[in-house]
Amino acid sequence: MSRYWKDVIGGFKSLLVGLKITGKYTIEPVVTLQYPHEHLTMTPRYRGHIELVPDPETGETSCIVCGMCQKACPSNCISVDGEKPEGAKKKVLTKYVLDFTTCSLCGSCVESCKPGAIDFSKEYNLAGPSREAYVFDLLKRLKERSR
Amino acid sequence: MEEYSVLRLILYLAGIIGVVVAFHAAYLVWAERKIAAHVQRRIGPKEVGPFGLLQPLADGAKLMSKQLFRPAGADAVLFWIAPFMVLVPAVMSMVTIPFSENLVARDINIGILMIFAFASVNVLGLLLGGWGSANKYAVISAARAVSQNVAYEIPMLIIVITVAMATNTLNLNDIVRQQDGWIWNWNAFNWLKVGPFMFANMIMFFICSLAETNRAPFDMAEAESELIAGAYTEYPGMGFGVFFMGEYANIVIGCALTTILFLGGWQSPVAFLPDGVWWFVIKLYALLYTVIWVRWVYPRTTLYGLLNLSWKVLIPFTLFNLIMTGLWLKVFKGF
Repeated sequence: MSRYWKDVIGGFKSLLVGLKITGKYTIEPVVTLQYPHEHLTMTPRYRGHIELVPDPETGETSCIVCGMCQKACPSNCISVDGEKPEGAKKKVLTKYVLDFTTCSLCGSCVESCKPGAIDFSKEYNLAGPSREAYVFDLLKRLKERSR
Repeated sequence: MEEYSVLRLILYLAGIIGVVVAFHAAYLVWAERKIAAHVQRRIGPKEVGPFGLLQPLADGAKLMSKQLFRPAGADAVLFWIAPFMVLVPAVMSMVTIPFSENLVARDINIGILMIFAFASVNVLGLLLGGWGSANKYAVISAARAVSQNVAYEIPMLIIVITVAMATNTLNLNDIVRQQDGWIWNWNAFNWLKVGPFMFANMIMFFICSLAETNRAPFDMAEAESELIAGAYTEYPGMGFGVFFMGEYANIVIGCALTTILFLGGWQSPVAFLPDGVWWFVIKLYALLYTVIWVRWVYPRTTLYGLLNLSWKVLIPFTLFNLIMTGLWLKVFKGF
Protein backbone atom coordinates (compact mmCIF):
# COMPACT_ATOMS: atom_id res chain seq x y z
CA MET A 1 0.00 0.00 0.00
CA SER A 2 2.83 2.39 0.82
CA ARG A 3 4.25 1.69 -2.62
CA TYR A 4 0.95 2.71 -4.15
CA TRP A 5 1.00 6.05 -2.39
CA LYS A 6 4.62 6.53 -3.31
CA ASP A 7 3.75 5.88 -6.94
CA VAL A 8 0.81 8.28 -6.95
CA ILE A 9 2.42 11.15 -5.05
CA GLY A 10 5.92 10.71 -6.46
CA GLY A 11 4.51 10.34 -9.96
CA PHE A 12 2.45 13.49 -9.67
CA LYS A 13 5.44 15.41 -8.33
CA SER A 14 7.64 14.24 -11.19
CA LEU A 15 5.00 15.42 -13.64
CA LEU A 16 5.15 18.88 -12.11
CA VAL A 17 8.95 18.87 -12.29
CA GLY A 18 8.72 18.08 -16.01
CA LEU A 19 6.32 20.96 -16.53
CA LYS A 20 8.60 23.30 -14.60
CA ILE A 21 11.69 22.44 -16.64
CA THR A 22 9.98 22.80 -20.00
CA GLY A 23 8.14 25.88 -18.81
CA LYS A 24 11.51 27.47 -18.15
CA TYR A 25 12.78 26.43 -21.57
CA THR A 26 9.71 27.92 -23.24
CA ILE A 27 10.57 31.43 -22.16
CA GLU A 28 14.30 31.11 -22.71
CA PRO A 29 15.67 32.34 -26.05
CA VAL A 30 15.74 29.86 -28.91
CA VAL A 31 19.02 28.14 -29.67
CA THR A 32 18.49 27.01 -33.26
CA LEU A 33 20.10 28.71 -36.21
CA GLN A 34 17.65 29.90 -38.87
CA TYR A 35 19.81 28.38 -41.56
CA PRO A 36 18.96 29.91 -44.92
CA HIS A 37 18.69 33.33 -43.28
CA GLU A 38 21.58 32.99 -40.86
CA HIS A 39 24.95 31.33 -41.25
CA LEU A 40 27.47 30.01 -38.82
CA THR A 41 30.98 31.42 -39.03
CA MET A 42 33.12 28.35 -39.48
CA THR A 43 35.92 27.53 -37.08
CA PRO A 44 39.50 28.50 -38.15
CA ARG A 45 40.50 24.93 -38.89
CA TYR A 46 37.43 24.13 -40.98
CA ARG A 47 38.40 22.60 -44.34
CA GLY A 48 36.32 23.80 -47.24
CA HIS A 49 37.55 23.56 -50.80
CA ILE A 50 40.86 25.34 -51.43
CA GLU A 51 40.90 29.00 -52.37
CA LEU A 52 43.57 31.38 -53.64
CA VAL A 53 44.59 33.77 -50.89
CA PRO A 54 44.87 37.41 -51.97
CA ASP A 55 48.11 39.16 -51.07
CA PRO A 56 47.27 41.68 -48.34
CA GLU A 57 49.18 44.52 -50.12
CA THR A 58 48.32 44.09 -53.75
CA GLY A 59 45.16 42.02 -53.55
CA GLU A 60 46.63 39.81 -56.27
CA THR A 61 47.56 36.17 -55.83
CA SER A 62 51.05 35.36 -54.58
CA CYS A 63 51.15 32.17 -56.66
CA ILE A 64 54.42 31.66 -58.50
CA VAL A 65 53.11 28.86 -60.73
CA CYS A 66 55.60 26.34 -59.40
CA GLY A 67 53.06 23.51 -59.86
CA MET A 68 53.83 21.90 -56.52
CA CYS A 69 50.19 21.71 -55.54
CA GLN A 70 49.35 20.05 -58.82
CA LYS A 71 52.03 17.44 -58.18
CA ALA A 72 51.09 16.95 -54.52
CA CYS A 73 47.45 16.30 -55.26
CA PRO A 74 46.73 12.56 -54.98
CA SER A 75 43.52 12.81 -56.98
CA ASN A 76 44.70 15.15 -59.70
CA CYS A 77 42.04 17.74 -59.01
CA ILE A 78 44.22 20.76 -59.56
CA SER A 79 45.35 22.07 -62.91
CA VAL A 80 47.57 25.13 -62.87
CA ASP A 81 48.93 27.07 -65.82
CA GLY A 82 50.94 30.29 -66.15
CA GLU A 83 52.83 32.33 -68.63
CA LYS A 84 55.78 34.71 -68.57
CA PRO A 85 54.85 38.05 -70.09
CA GLU A 86 57.45 40.07 -72.07
CA GLY A 87 60.06 41.60 -69.79
CA ALA A 88 58.66 40.16 -66.58
CA LYS A 89 60.83 38.25 -64.18
CA LYS A 90 58.27 35.87 -62.78
CA LYS A 91 55.57 33.69 -64.22
CA VAL A 92 52.03 34.96 -63.90
CA LEU A 93 49.13 32.66 -63.05
CA THR A 94 46.62 32.35 -65.91
CA LYS A 95 44.62 29.33 -64.88
CA TYR A 96 43.87 27.63 -61.56
CA VAL A 97 41.07 25.07 -61.85
CA LEU A 98 39.98 22.83 -58.99
CA ASP A 99 37.86 19.76 -59.76
CA PHE A 100 36.13 19.48 -56.40
CA THR A 101 34.26 16.28 -57.35
CA THR A 102 37.31 14.13 -56.63
CA CYS A 103 38.94 16.27 -53.94
CA SER A 104 39.22 14.53 -50.58
CA LEU A 105 40.29 17.68 -48.70
CA CYS A 106 43.57 16.04 -47.67
CA GLY A 107 45.35 19.39 -47.68
CA SER A 108 48.55 18.21 -49.40
CA CYS A 109 48.29 21.15 -51.80
CA VAL A 110 48.06 23.68 -48.97
CA GLU A 111 51.03 22.07 -47.22
CA SER A 112 53.13 22.01 -50.36
CA CYS A 113 52.51 25.63 -51.28
CA LYS A 114 55.69 27.56 -50.41
CA PRO A 115 54.41 31.13 -50.94
CA GLY A 116 51.21 30.32 -49.04
CA ALA A 117 49.01 31.22 -51.99
CA ILE A 118 46.27 28.71 -51.23
CA ASP A 119 44.28 27.97 -48.16
CA PHE A 120 41.04 26.23 -47.21
CA SER A 121 37.96 28.34 -47.73
CA LYS A 122 35.16 28.46 -45.18
CA GLU A 123 32.56 27.76 -47.87
CA TYR A 124 30.07 25.04 -46.95
CA ASN A 125 26.94 25.88 -48.95
CA LEU A 126 27.92 23.70 -51.86
CA ALA A 127 24.69 22.38 -53.36
CA GLY A 128 24.77 22.41 -57.13
CA PRO A 129 22.66 21.28 -60.09
CA SER A 130 25.36 19.45 -62.03
CA ARG A 131 28.83 17.95 -61.89
CA GLU A 132 30.20 20.97 -63.71
CA ALA A 133 29.13 23.22 -60.86
CA TYR A 134 31.92 21.71 -58.79
CA VAL A 135 34.72 22.59 -61.17
CA PHE A 136 35.87 25.84 -59.65
CA ASP A 137 37.92 28.43 -61.49
CA LEU A 138 39.76 29.76 -58.45
CA LEU A 139 41.39 32.63 -60.30
CA LYS A 140 37.99 33.91 -61.34
CA ARG A 141 36.71 33.51 -57.79
CA LEU A 142 39.66 35.51 -56.48
CA LYS A 143 38.96 38.35 -58.91
CA GLU A 144 35.28 38.31 -57.97
CA ARG A 145 36.13 38.49 -54.30
CA SER A 146 38.63 41.30 -54.63
CA ARG A 147 36.14 43.34 -56.61
CA MET B 1 -33.58 36.97 -30.27
CA GLU B 2 -36.31 34.36 -30.08
CA GLU B 3 -35.21 30.93 -28.88
CA TYR B 4 -36.62 29.04 -31.85
CA SER B 5 -36.06 31.40 -34.80
CA VAL B 6 -34.31 30.14 -37.92
CA LEU B 7 -31.87 33.04 -37.77
CA ARG B 8 -30.59 31.73 -34.47
CA LEU B 9 -29.92 28.34 -36.03
CA ILE B 10 -28.05 29.89 -38.93
CA LEU B 11 -26.02 32.11 -36.61
CA TYR B 12 -25.24 29.07 -34.49
CA LEU B 13 -24.10 26.98 -37.43
CA ALA B 14 -21.96 29.78 -38.83
CA GLY B 15 -20.59 30.72 -35.43
CA ILE B 16 -19.82 27.28 -34.12
CA ILE B 17 -18.71 25.52 -37.27
CA GLY B 18 -17.03 28.50 -38.91
CA VAL B 19 -15.51 30.34 -36.02
CA VAL B 20 -15.10 27.90 -33.16
CA VAL B 21 -14.47 24.58 -34.89
CA ALA B 22 -12.71 25.56 -38.11
CA PHE B 23 -10.73 28.42 -36.61
CA HIS B 24 -9.60 26.38 -33.65
CA ALA B 25 -8.75 23.33 -35.74
CA ALA B 26 -6.60 25.49 -37.98
CA TYR B 27 -4.95 27.67 -35.37
CA LEU B 28 -4.54 25.07 -32.66
CA VAL B 29 -2.35 23.19 -35.11
CA TRP B 30 -0.35 26.36 -35.57
CA ALA B 31 -0.23 26.93 -31.81
CA GLU B 32 0.73 23.32 -31.29
CA ARG B 33 3.69 23.65 -33.63
CA LYS B 34 4.71 27.01 -32.19
CA ILE B 35 4.51 25.91 -28.57
CA ALA B 36 6.18 22.58 -29.31
CA ALA B 37 9.00 24.51 -30.92
CA HIS B 38 9.44 26.89 -28.00
CA VAL B 39 9.32 24.08 -25.44
CA GLN B 40 12.22 22.57 -27.37
CA ARG B 41 13.84 26.00 -27.81
CA ARG B 42 13.15 26.22 -31.52
CA ILE B 43 11.04 28.80 -33.38
CA GLY B 44 8.49 26.74 -35.29
CA PRO B 45 6.59 27.92 -38.37
CA LYS B 46 7.86 31.34 -39.40
CA GLU B 47 8.09 31.46 -43.17
CA VAL B 48 4.43 31.54 -44.27
CA GLY B 49 3.17 34.96 -43.26
CA PRO B 50 4.21 36.89 -40.15
CA PHE B 51 5.08 34.40 -37.36
CA GLY B 52 3.94 31.64 -39.71
CA LEU B 53 0.34 32.74 -39.18
CA LEU B 54 -0.71 31.76 -42.70
CA GLN B 55 0.65 28.23 -42.22
CA PRO B 56 -2.82 26.73 -41.47
CA LEU B 57 -4.09 28.10 -44.80
CA ALA B 58 -1.20 26.45 -46.61
CA ASP B 59 -1.82 23.19 -44.74
CA GLY B 60 -5.53 23.39 -45.51
CA ALA B 61 -4.94 24.04 -49.20
CA LYS B 62 -2.61 21.08 -49.31
CA LEU B 63 -5.12 18.79 -47.56
CA MET B 64 -7.95 19.89 -49.85
CA SER B 65 -5.93 19.32 -53.01
CA LYS B 66 -5.37 15.65 -52.17
CA GLN B 67 -7.26 12.94 -54.00
CA LEU B 68 -9.93 11.30 -51.86
CA PHE B 69 -8.62 7.80 -52.19
CA ARG B 70 -10.17 4.76 -50.52
CA PRO B 71 -7.96 1.69 -50.15
CA ALA B 72 -9.15 -1.56 -51.73
CA GLY B 73 -11.00 -3.71 -49.21
CA ALA B 74 -12.09 -0.75 -47.09
CA ASP B 75 -15.76 -0.47 -46.28
CA ALA B 76 -16.96 2.50 -48.36
CA VAL B 77 -19.81 3.59 -46.08
CA LEU B 78 -18.02 3.18 -42.75
CA PHE B 79 -14.82 4.64 -44.13
CA TRP B 80 -16.42 7.91 -45.19
CA ILE B 81 -18.93 8.18 -42.36
CA ALA B 82 -16.33 7.83 -39.58
CA PRO B 83 -14.73 11.31 -39.80
CA PHE B 84 -18.14 12.89 -39.50
CA MET B 85 -18.97 10.67 -36.55
CA VAL B 86 -16.11 12.44 -34.82
CA LEU B 87 -16.82 15.96 -36.06
CA VAL B 88 -20.61 16.15 -35.76
CA PRO B 89 -20.88 15.22 -32.04
CA ALA B 90 -18.19 17.81 -31.30
CA VAL B 91 -20.16 20.47 -33.14
CA MET B 92 -23.37 19.37 -31.44
CA SER B 93 -21.79 19.54 -28.00
CA MET B 94 -20.92 23.19 -28.58
CA VAL B 95 -24.66 23.97 -28.49
CA THR B 96 -24.74 24.08 -24.72
CA ILE B 97 -21.37 25.68 -24.00
CA PRO B 98 -22.02 29.09 -22.41
CA PHE B 99 -19.35 31.37 -23.81
CA SER B 100 -20.89 34.18 -21.80
CA GLU B 101 -24.17 34.62 -19.96
CA ASN B 102 -26.10 35.26 -23.18
CA LEU B 103 -23.70 33.85 -25.76
CA VAL B 104 -24.99 30.31 -25.66
CA ALA B 105 -26.77 28.65 -28.55
CA ARG B 106 -29.29 26.76 -26.48
CA ASP B 107 -29.50 27.02 -22.71
CA ILE B 108 -30.53 23.42 -21.98
CA ASN B 109 -31.22 22.18 -18.47
CA ILE B 110 -29.35 18.92 -19.05
CA GLY B 111 -26.48 20.51 -20.99
CA ILE B 112 -23.71 18.57 -19.33
CA LEU B 113 -25.54 15.28 -19.82
CA MET B 114 -25.93 16.07 -23.49
CA ILE B 115 -22.22 16.79 -23.89
CA PHE B 116 -21.28 13.45 -22.38
CA ALA B 117 -23.87 11.64 -24.47
CA PHE B 118 -22.32 13.07 -27.62
CA ALA B 119 -18.78 12.52 -26.37
CA SER B 120 -19.42 8.78 -26.40
CA VAL B 121 -20.34 8.92 -30.08
CA ASN B 122 -16.90 10.33 -30.81
CA VAL B 123 -15.20 7.06 -29.92
CA LEU B 124 -17.63 5.22 -32.18
CA GLY B 125 -16.28 7.32 -35.05
CA LEU B 126 -12.74 6.21 -34.28
CA LEU B 127 -13.85 2.61 -34.01
CA LEU B 128 -15.70 2.67 -37.34
CA GLY B 129 -12.84 4.47 -39.05
CA GLY B 130 -10.30 1.99 -37.76
CA TRP B 131 -12.44 -0.98 -38.66
CA GLY B 132 -13.62 0.38 -42.00
CA SER B 133 -10.19 1.16 -43.38
CA ALA B 134 -9.16 -2.54 -43.41
CA ASN B 135 -5.76 -1.82 -41.94
CA LYS B 136 -4.19 -3.76 -39.08
CA TYR B 137 -2.76 -0.69 -37.41
CA ALA B 138 -6.09 1.08 -37.65
CA VAL B 139 -7.93 -1.86 -36.06
CA ILE B 140 -5.44 -2.02 -33.17
CA SER B 141 -5.83 1.71 -32.73
CA ALA B 142 -9.62 1.43 -32.72
CA ALA B 143 -9.50 -1.28 -30.05
CA ARG B 144 -7.18 0.83 -27.94
CA ALA B 145 -9.34 3.92 -28.35
CA VAL B 146 -12.41 2.07 -27.11
CA SER B 147 -10.77 0.56 -24.03
CA GLN B 148 -9.23 3.93 -23.22
CA ASN B 149 -12.45 5.87 -23.61
CA VAL B 150 -14.45 3.40 -21.57
CA ALA B 151 -11.83 3.50 -18.83
CA TYR B 152 -11.71 7.29 -18.62
CA GLU B 153 -15.38 8.04 -19.04
CA ILE B 154 -16.04 6.51 -15.61
CA PRO B 155 -13.88 8.82 -13.46
CA MET B 156 -14.93 11.77 -15.64
CA LEU B 157 -18.61 11.06 -15.02
CA ILE B 158 -18.02 10.51 -11.32
CA ILE B 159 -16.44 13.97 -11.16
CA VAL B 160 -19.37 15.44 -13.06
CA ILE B 161 -21.75 13.77 -10.60
CA THR B 162 -19.78 15.33 -7.75
CA VAL B 163 -20.08 18.76 -9.34
CA ALA B 164 -23.75 18.29 -10.11
CA MET B 165 -24.33 17.20 -6.52
CA ALA B 166 -22.57 20.24 -5.16
CA THR B 167 -24.14 22.75 -7.53
CA ASN B 168 -27.54 21.08 -7.69
CA THR B 169 -27.95 21.60 -11.44
CA LEU B 170 -27.01 20.11 -14.80
CA ASN B 171 -27.35 23.43 -16.61
CA LEU B 172 -23.89 24.70 -17.51
CA ASN B 173 -24.92 28.33 -17.40
CA ASP B 174 -26.38 27.88 -13.91
CA ILE B 175 -23.17 26.21 -12.76
CA VAL B 176 -21.26 29.27 -13.94
CA ARG B 177 -23.76 31.68 -12.37
CA GLN B 178 -23.22 30.05 -8.98
CA GLN B 179 -19.51 30.88 -9.13
CA ASP B 180 -20.17 34.60 -9.08
CA GLY B 181 -17.91 37.09 -7.32
CA TRP B 182 -14.30 36.62 -6.34
CA ILE B 183 -11.87 33.95 -7.46
CA TRP B 184 -12.42 31.94 -4.27
CA ASN B 185 -16.05 31.47 -5.28
CA TRP B 186 -14.98 29.36 -8.24
CA ASN B 187 -15.78 25.71 -7.73
CA ALA B 188 -12.13 24.69 -7.74
CA PHE B 189 -11.34 26.88 -4.73
CA ASN B 190 -14.69 27.17 -2.96
CA TRP B 191 -14.03 24.98 0.06
CA LEU B 192 -17.07 25.91 2.06
CA LYS B 193 -19.72 25.55 -0.58
CA VAL B 194 -18.61 22.59 -2.72
CA GLY B 195 -16.10 20.90 -0.47
CA PRO B 196 -12.30 20.83 -0.32
CA PHE B 197 -11.91 18.12 -2.95
CA MET B 198 -12.80 20.14 -6.01
CA PHE B 199 -9.27 21.24 -6.85
CA ALA B 200 -8.14 17.61 -7.01
CA ASN B 201 -11.28 16.90 -9.00
CA MET B 202 -10.35 19.64 -11.45
CA ILE B 203 -6.91 18.15 -12.04
CA MET B 204 -8.36 14.67 -12.46
CA PHE B 205 -11.05 15.99 -14.79
CA PHE B 206 -8.36 17.64 -16.88
CA ILE B 207 -6.35 14.41 -17.01
CA CYS B 208 -9.48 12.50 -18.03
CA SER B 209 -10.30 15.01 -20.73
CA LEU B 210 -6.77 14.59 -22.10
CA ALA B 211 -7.37 10.86 -22.24
CA GLU B 212 -10.86 11.21 -23.69
CA THR B 213 -9.59 13.38 -26.54
CA ASN B 214 -6.69 11.00 -27.24
CA ARG B 215 -4.09 13.61 -26.47
CA ALA B 216 -0.53 12.87 -25.47
CA PRO B 217 0.54 11.35 -23.11
CA PHE B 218 -2.57 9.21 -23.66
CA ASP B 219 -2.51 9.17 -27.46
CA MET B 220 -2.55 5.41 -27.65
CA ALA B 221 -5.03 5.52 -30.52
CA GLU B 222 -2.74 7.62 -32.66
CA ALA B 223 0.67 6.41 -31.53
CA GLU B 224 2.75 7.57 -34.47
CA SER B 225 5.82 5.54 -33.64
CA GLU B 226 3.95 2.24 -33.28
CA LEU B 227 0.75 2.56 -35.31
CA ILE B 228 1.71 5.10 -38.04
CA ALA B 229 -1.35 7.27 -37.41
CA GLY B 230 -3.68 4.73 -35.83
CA ALA B 231 -7.24 4.95 -37.04
CA TYR B 232 -6.31 7.77 -39.43
CA THR B 233 -3.63 5.81 -41.25
CA GLU B 234 -5.59 5.24 -44.47
CA TYR B 235 -7.39 8.58 -44.58
CA PRO B 236 -6.47 10.92 -47.42
CA GLY B 237 -6.75 14.70 -47.62
CA MET B 238 -9.86 16.13 -46.08
CA GLY B 239 -10.96 12.78 -44.62
CA PHE B 240 -8.00 13.19 -42.32
CA GLY B 241 -8.73 16.92 -42.08
CA VAL B 242 -12.28 16.33 -40.84
CA PHE B 243 -10.99 13.84 -38.26
CA PHE B 244 -8.58 16.43 -37.05
CA MET B 245 -11.18 19.18 -36.88
CA GLY B 246 -13.25 16.83 -34.72
CA GLU B 247 -10.27 16.05 -32.49
CA TYR B 248 -9.43 19.68 -31.93
CA ALA B 249 -13.07 20.59 -31.39
CA ASN B 250 -13.18 17.90 -28.72
CA ILE B 251 -10.12 19.37 -27.06
CA VAL B 252 -11.82 22.77 -27.02
CA ILE B 253 -14.91 21.20 -25.47
CA GLY B 254 -12.82 19.42 -22.82
CA CYS B 255 -11.09 22.66 -21.85
CA ALA B 256 -14.34 24.62 -21.98
CA LEU B 257 -15.94 22.11 -19.62
CA THR B 258 -13.03 22.34 -17.19
CA THR B 259 -13.40 26.11 -17.30
CA ILE B 260 -17.15 25.99 -16.75
CA LEU B 261 -17.23 23.35 -14.05
CA PHE B 262 -14.28 24.47 -11.96
CA LEU B 263 -12.88 27.82 -13.04
CA GLY B 264 -15.94 30.00 -13.14
CA GLY B 265 -16.62 30.08 -16.89
CA TRP B 266 -17.30 33.66 -17.93
CA GLN B 267 -17.06 35.01 -14.38
CA SER B 268 -14.26 37.45 -13.67
CA PRO B 269 -11.80 36.52 -10.90
CA VAL B 270 -12.32 39.85 -9.12
CA ALA B 271 -15.78 41.00 -8.18
CA PHE B 272 -15.55 44.60 -9.45
CA LEU B 273 -14.44 43.75 -12.99
CA PRO B 274 -17.22 43.03 -15.50
CA ASP B 275 -17.92 39.38 -16.36
CA GLY B 276 -18.00 38.39 -19.99
CA VAL B 277 -16.86 36.24 -22.84
CA TRP B 278 -13.27 37.54 -22.57
CA TRP B 279 -12.77 35.81 -19.21
CA PHE B 280 -14.04 32.60 -20.71
CA VAL B 281 -11.64 32.95 -23.62
CA ILE B 282 -8.66 33.70 -21.36
CA LYS B 283 -9.32 30.66 -19.17
CA LEU B 284 -10.02 28.48 -22.19
CA TYR B 285 -6.76 29.43 -23.87
CA ALA B 286 -4.76 28.99 -20.70
CA LEU B 287 -6.08 25.43 -20.50
CA LEU B 288 -5.53 24.81 -24.21
CA TYR B 289 -1.96 26.01 -23.75
CA THR B 290 -1.53 23.52 -20.93
CA VAL B 291 -2.92 20.73 -23.10
CA ILE B 292 -0.39 21.47 -25.80
CA TRP B 293 2.41 22.03 -23.30
CA VAL B 294 1.72 18.66 -21.63
CA ARG B 295 1.93 16.92 -24.98
CA TRP B 296 5.54 17.99 -25.46
CA VAL B 297 6.67 17.20 -21.94
CA TYR B 298 5.55 13.65 -21.23
CA PRO B 299 6.32 10.51 -23.19
CA ARG B 300 3.44 8.28 -24.23
CA THR B 301 2.31 5.82 -21.55
CA THR B 302 1.88 2.15 -22.23
CA LEU B 303 -1.62 0.78 -22.63
CA TYR B 304 -1.31 -0.95 -19.25
CA GLY B 305 -0.05 2.17 -17.58
CA LEU B 306 -2.95 4.05 -19.07
CA LEU B 307 -5.59 1.61 -17.86
CA ASN B 308 -3.90 1.24 -14.47
CA LEU B 309 -4.00 5.01 -13.99
CA SER B 310 -7.72 5.01 -14.61
CA TRP B 311 -8.81 1.91 -12.68
CA LYS B 312 -6.31 2.01 -9.84
CA VAL B 313 -5.85 5.74 -9.26
CA LEU B 314 -8.49 7.95 -10.82
CA ILE B 315 -11.59 5.87 -10.13
CA PRO B 316 -10.80 5.23 -6.43
CA PHE B 317 -9.83 8.86 -5.92
CA THR B 318 -12.90 10.24 -7.65
CA LEU B 319 -15.15 7.85 -5.75
CA PHE B 320 -13.55 8.98 -2.51
CA ASN B 321 -14.08 12.60 -3.53
CA LEU B 322 -17.70 11.85 -4.40
CA ILE B 323 -18.44 10.30 -1.04
CA MET B 324 -16.54 12.93 0.92
CA THR B 325 -18.21 15.76 -0.97
CA GLY B 326 -21.57 14.19 -0.21
CA LEU B 327 -20.70 14.08 3.49
CA TRP B 328 -19.34 17.62 3.39
CA LEU B 329 -22.52 18.93 1.81
CA LYS B 330 -24.66 17.06 4.32
CA VAL B 331 -22.68 18.36 7.29
CA PHE B 332 -22.02 21.92 6.19
CA LYS B 333 -25.23 22.68 4.30
CA GLY B 334 -26.40 26.11 5.19
CA PHE B 335 -23.04 27.85 5.31
